[in-house]
Amino acid sequence: MVKSPEKVEDDHAREAGKVLASRQRAERRASFEFRALSTLPAALFVVILIVLLVRAWPILQQKSLVGLLLGDVWRPSEGQFGFLPFIAGSLWVTVLAMIFAAPVSILCAIFLSEYARPTTKALIKPLIDILAAIPSVVYGLWGVLVIVPWVQQSVGPALGRWFPFLPLFNSSNPTGYSILSGALVLAVMVVPFIIAISYEVMRTVPRGYHEASLAVGATRWQTVRYVVFPRVAGGLIAGVVLGTSRAFGETMAVLMVVGNNPIIPHSIFDAAYPLTALIANNYGEMMSIPLYDSALLASALLLMLIVLLFNVFAALALRRATAREQA
Amino acid sequence: MENHIQIRNLKVRIGSTEIIKNADINIPDGQVTAILGPSGCGKTTLLRSMNRFLDLTENSRVEGEVFLDGQNIYAPGVDVTEIRRRIGLLAQRPYSLPMSIYENVAYGLRIHRVNQSKNLKPIIRHYLELAGLWDEVKSRLSDPASALSIGQQQRLCLARGLALEPEVILADEPTSALDPISAQHIEGKLQELKEKYTIVLVTHTLRQARRLADHVVFMYLGEVVEQGPAREVFDNPQMERTKAYLQGSIG
Amino acid sequence: MKRMTRRHLEELIAQGLMFLSLALVAGSLGWILFTIIQRGAPALTWDMITKTPKGGFYMGKEGGVLNAILGSLYLALGGTVAALVFSLPISLGLNIYIPRKSRWALLVRSLLDVLWGIPSIVYGAFGFTLMLALGMRASLLAGIITLAFVELPIMVRAMDEVLRRMPRDLENASYAMGATRIETALRVVLPQMLPGLVTAVMLAFGRGIGDAASVLFTAGYTDRIPTSLMDPTASLPLAVFFQLSMPYPEVQKRAYAAALILTILVLLVSFLSRWISARLSRYSIK
Repeated sequence: MVKSPEKVEDDHAREAGKVLASRQRAERRASFEFRALSTLPAALFVVILIVLLVRAWPILQQKSLVGLLLGDVWRPSEGQFGFLPFIAGSLWVTVLAMIFAAPVSILCAIFLSEYARPTTKALIKPLIDILAAIPSVVYGLWGVLVIVPWVQQSVGPALGRWFPFLPLFNSSNPTGYSILSGALVLAVMVVPFIIAISYEVMRTVPRGYHEASLAVGATRWQTVRYVVFPRVAGGLIAGVVLGTSRAFGETMAVLMVVGNNPIIPHSIFDAAYPLTALIANNYGEMMSIPLYDSALLASALLLMLIVLLFNVFAALALRRATAREQA
Repeated sequence: MENHIQIRNLKVRIGSTEIIKNADINIPDGQVTAILGPSGCGKTTLLRSMNRFLDLTENSRVEGEVFLDGQNIYAPGVDVTEIRRRIGLLAQRPYSLPMSIYENVAYGLRIHRVNQSKNLKPIIRHYLELAGLWDEVKSRLSDPASALSIGQQQRLCLARGLALEPEVILADEPTSALDPISAQHIEGKLQELKEKYTIVLVTHTLRQARRLADHVVFMYLGEVVEQGPAREVFDNPQMERTKAYLQGSIG
Repeated sequence: MKRMTRRHLEELIAQGLMFLSLALVAGSLGWILFTIIQRGAPALTWDMITKTPKGGFYMGKEGGVLNAILGSLYLALGGTVAALVFSLPISLGLNIYIPRKSRWALLVRSLLDVLWGIPSIVYGAFGFTLMLALGMRASLLAGIITLAFVELPIMVRAMDEVLRRMPRDLENASYAMGATRIETALRVVLPQMLPGLVTAVMLAFGRGIGDAASVLFTAGYTDRIPTSLMDPTASLPLAVFFQLSMPYPEVQKRAYAAALILTILVLLVSFLSRWISARLSRYSIK
């Protein structure tokens, strides 16, 4: 039997009314669950912080913070835990890597967002994605096979010959496993990261500003320099800071090429021992030495706090940039 | 009467669409030429062909010639930035640059290094007066330009363009984003400026064209349907499509 | 006709530097791939990918790295599934239930940025501590949990990026018919944004396969293929790392081969992700 249209409409209204209650129940439950789950990142962050703090507590209680951070002797078996060589190692490698990576990345980002045609862009962007996808041990292996011998055989001797008066280029380490090797590998690793952020930032500048500048006869570069840069400077700084943070935390690739010698380096050809390598090389073993484990987790805590600091700084740089934008 | 800009056999394609089909246009010297037509007929593309802004449009192809004072701006070896110095543009929406009001006007001078003197203030003042903005901003020249109202920003953009002493001003619906009072202000300025400059005005309002234009180019679907002195085209259009547009049945 | 003024010179120099930078970046990529293929390909035998290490493998005798290949896949798969279970609701919640500009949303996003930036070695140390506290040994499960921590912020951030681009009109069209938010989320937002979400998952999976520092302490390393979640598990990055540190050239060559396998796997994931997302996007409203 065929129902009349009126009957169908009545039925639909009644059915909708009946299921309404259960739909509302589902909605309330989902609302609660989704909101509850959104606390998870916060919870994870707090838990990691607390766990690291608790485990680092024994050494923080027994040694002075200044002694730990500025001590330059690392002899766990004798109870001497000076982090300075590791902090210095991380800083040297990171800063040098950023000196290589930052200008190159920003220039590439400018090219991609301001100069490249769509077809060129479609060609280059996958390359950068691939560079970002390569695992860090592969970078490390490349470093061992290519960069380390290159630094050892060519770069080291050449710079030593040309600038014998510069202590920065002095070489007392003939192996090639050095800060320079670590920094070169690290630079290639963070380039795609900084390009991605800088490119995203630069794309937010409306075309109208470019046209306003080009319309009075500015060249492209003048437009980038006087119109685009002032608007994106904060974002570019944020990108570089986040890249620095990335470089600071990179472990395997650096560990494989940097030499891992706990001394305070004085030249880019010295070996260094970054914080991340300290944890990777020693954690999980040597549990019998008192405070060793606590010292390593203290260095993990230090790494985390440094990353936090970098993030806050980047967020501030971005916020200042966007605040100026809105003014 | 000289033709300041002459367009010969201009064809513009963007991607696979032909936006302008074989246009021949004369833009007389020292007059306001209004380009009219329903939206999507290629008015803005035509305008952008005159300062080589189509170079910025992806996948665009330009054939034909555009002569500025007898020099083909599409000839190889022509310096685009020099062309754009000689042809000012007043865009649909004002984009003041991320710098102070003062620096906005000085921008063109600085990039072209045309006036290297330390104190540009009298020059800046002159062009701000010419654009009718001086009295409103004279006490806050170092404020960011973004603090100005949209109408003020459009006049600032006008001052910025005028500071380079262009020969031609291209105006792309320059009042469409403005409130009526600011729009009137800009229109008044264009009225004054035509004494000195050749002005090419793309407009979507027929009444504005009637008020301002000395010469009219009517376009329809990428073709130039009719062009000539404003009075002739408005009072006695020759083509059916022009009549229909003027009566409001197309567009 | 074109005069060589100072600004044109500047333009030329700037463009020159840009091309140089691009060449450096592209050149590095080419150099890396070339090195890995040149060194890895000769050592990449059928045995490498079909056999587990036999006796004396680490002195150059017979065997392969199947244990590490499968271990890596298990670890990354487990970590990705675990991360997905939480990432999807968190990112949907951030875009549908929590007002986008609210302080809470801002805080959660900032914390995700921080979590995303925490080095994986720190996650490794944290995971190891957690593992000991739970009375577990280094195992597939412990590795999966640690990897899930590493992958979670990567995935949520990528998904959030995708969901933020959701056309509001489409969402409103669903609300206008009286749909609830959960119905809109599951029936409209999810299908519409599926290609992007798949890309986000694949991105995290790719990172998971390649990450060594997080599984260094937590997954253990063994020559056998794990049969339960409690077994220790080898992984490809660590296979590269350990074999490279052996003093035998035969074993080091296998490290190159393992690195080649790892690279191929990661690139495969990357291409697959593009392909799947392109296939899926046919069903999205443009």
